[in-house]
Amino acid sequence: MIETILFELEMAMPQVILGLVNGAFYALLSLGLAIIFGMLNVINFSHGAQFMMGAFVAWMLLNWLGIGYWGALVVAPLVVGLVGIIIERTMIARLYKLDHLYGLLLTFGCALVIEGVFRNEFGSSGLPYRIPNALQGGWDLGFMFLPVYRGWVVFVALVMCLGTWLVIEKTKIGSYLRAATEKPQLVQAMGINVPRMMTLTYGAGVALAAFAGVLAAPIYSVNPAMGANFIITVFAVVVIGGMGSILGSVVTGFALGIVEGFARVVYPESSATVVFVIMAIVLLTRPAGLFGRA
Amino acid sequence: MAESTFSGAAAPQVEAATIFGFTRPQAVAFLLLAIFVGLSPFMLYPVFLMKVMCFALFACAFNLLIGYAGLLSFGHAAYFGMGGYITGYAAKAWGISPEVAILMGGVAAAAIGLPFGWLAIRRSGIYFAMITLALAQMVYFFFLQAPFTGGEDGIQSIPRGKLLGMVDLTPDLTMYWLVAAIFLAGFLLIHRIVHSPFGQVLKAIRENEPRAISLGYRVENYKLLAFVLSAGLAGIAGGTKALVFNIATLTDAHWAMSGEVVLMSLVGGLGTIFGPVIGGAVIITMQNYLAEFGAWVLVIQGVIFVACVLAFRRGVVGEIGALLKVKL
Repeated sequence: MIETILFELEMAMPQVILGLVNGAFYALLSLGLAIIFGMLNVINFSHGAQFMMGAFVAWMLLNWLGIGYWGALVVAPLVVGLVGIIIERTMIARLYKLDHLYGLLLTFGCALVIEGVFRNEFGSSGLPYRIPNALQGGWDLGFMFLPVYRGWVVFVALVMCLGTWLVIEKTKIGSYLRAATEKPQLVQAMGINVPRMMTLTYGAGVALAAFAGVLAAPIYSVNPAMGANFIITVFAVVVIGGMGSILGSVVTGFALGIVEGFARVVYPESSATVVFVIMAIVLLTRPAGLFGRA
Repeated sequence: MAESTFSGAAAPQVEAATIFGFTRPQAVAFLLLAIFVGLSPFMLYPVFLMKVMCFALFACAFNLLIGYAGLLSFGHAAYFGMGGYITGYAAKAWGISPEVAILMGGVAAAAIGLPFGWLAIRRSGIYFAMITLALAQMVYFFFLQAPFTGGEDGIQSIPRGKLLGMVDLTPDLTMYWLVAAIFLAGFLLIHRIVHSPFGQVLKAIRENEPRAISLGYRVENYKLLAFVLSAGLAGIAGGTKALVFNIATLTDAHWAMSGEVVLMSLVGGLGTIFGPVIGGAVIITMQNYLAEFGAWVLVIQGVIFVACVLAFRRGVVGEIGALLKVKL
């Protein structure tokens, strides 16, 4: 009896690890969405497109400039973050006085433009991106084989999430950010440049998405639709977690990835929809989300 | 001026003398629309016009929710696609006559609209949009995997059949009159809904929900009914389109379609009766001319989205209405 369970578990582990990797991306992306939403009151629909841009910038750096994975991990978020800052300054900033839904529509339009441009340039079939040499291979853990790169993604995502949380909760700039999220006018009156903080927050959120994109490049093939596929699930994750707490969105992201992994073992057809079903259940029982404030 | 509500033209709310619920300018506009529908198949390609009318009805149904109840659904493709698949399957596999098949499509769409709406109205604003989008994605995966939908191929060669068992709809012009009748009937129904006491309460909820609650209205019920009506009409539009083109595919249920219908309503003018019709016509015409440019269509649609949100929030009909100082 126990042996069969252990055997089942052994069979399930690779799927669960895959789920954990997906969860790492959910966590990184929903974290960025939550930070942007907290400060700007805008749901950044182009988050998926900016994630995809991160992966493409990594590919371009490698193939056009010969800058490898480690360089891309730093450069791509900066480049895409800068594009984000330009988008915020020229477009999103004009909409703060209007209904928040206009921000959603605007960023949706931006997502279409970005995706369309990349599809024109690179087609929709997907480009390969090699795992860097240092992260090739895998560890034999006895009960399963863990590819090093997968472990690395989960580790880095955890570090990034923790780092972001520390910056927001424990530093001075983080305290400005939290204050401006609660009462922007008051913070402005204290002499802090709130519009600039909003711009930088958007840039940082977008850079985080691009960072996730670089991490994703060696796992998923680099293609224009990679962000759109992710972002809708991430929206569901955000609804489940509620956007009130940074740590909440990270925990929800990882947890849902693992649940998805288990679903793939138990009933493969359900793996694509399990997150949405959980969302429905959460809406029935806790409409504000697991970590949300009503 | 800060726009507090998510609606189109801020025209005066005074109800002028009406003809069947239309104000005089609206009656003139409707007459022009009816004349255009009556004459255009003799000048333009009927299949193209049918496509425009299907999408115009879809956009009108969507606009019922955003324009009058203030709820932005980002998942209306689910109901459009559901209508298409059910109508297509009923007409092809069971040989059901077209009018019943289309009705079944509408009922099926309303039937999933009921639980989805019930879930989604628990949140409002941005969350409502994200929830409807996520639920629609679930429906998309269902269509991808369900045995009756034909997966990536969709349901192909759906017969148009015989209307009431008598009139063969295979000729395009015959089909055209059926589509025109459905479109105009749907349009008038939506107009009637908006101008009924029910529609007035919806508007009250959009403008000031706490006030509507304090006046004793069961706000949830009103929102839910609006959602189900909107989903059902979107299903009718999807079913009709499936019969026109003899095919129901995943494209109709994809999130991009949800975005497209938002764009149509936005271009035409959110919260205007005629806006979605004009918006649908503009977007479909544009797609027709740009079909050869491939993925650039996506870019152009994105640019139009951005331009509308930034500088053209009232839309074509909203701007015309503001210019003529009438409510269209």
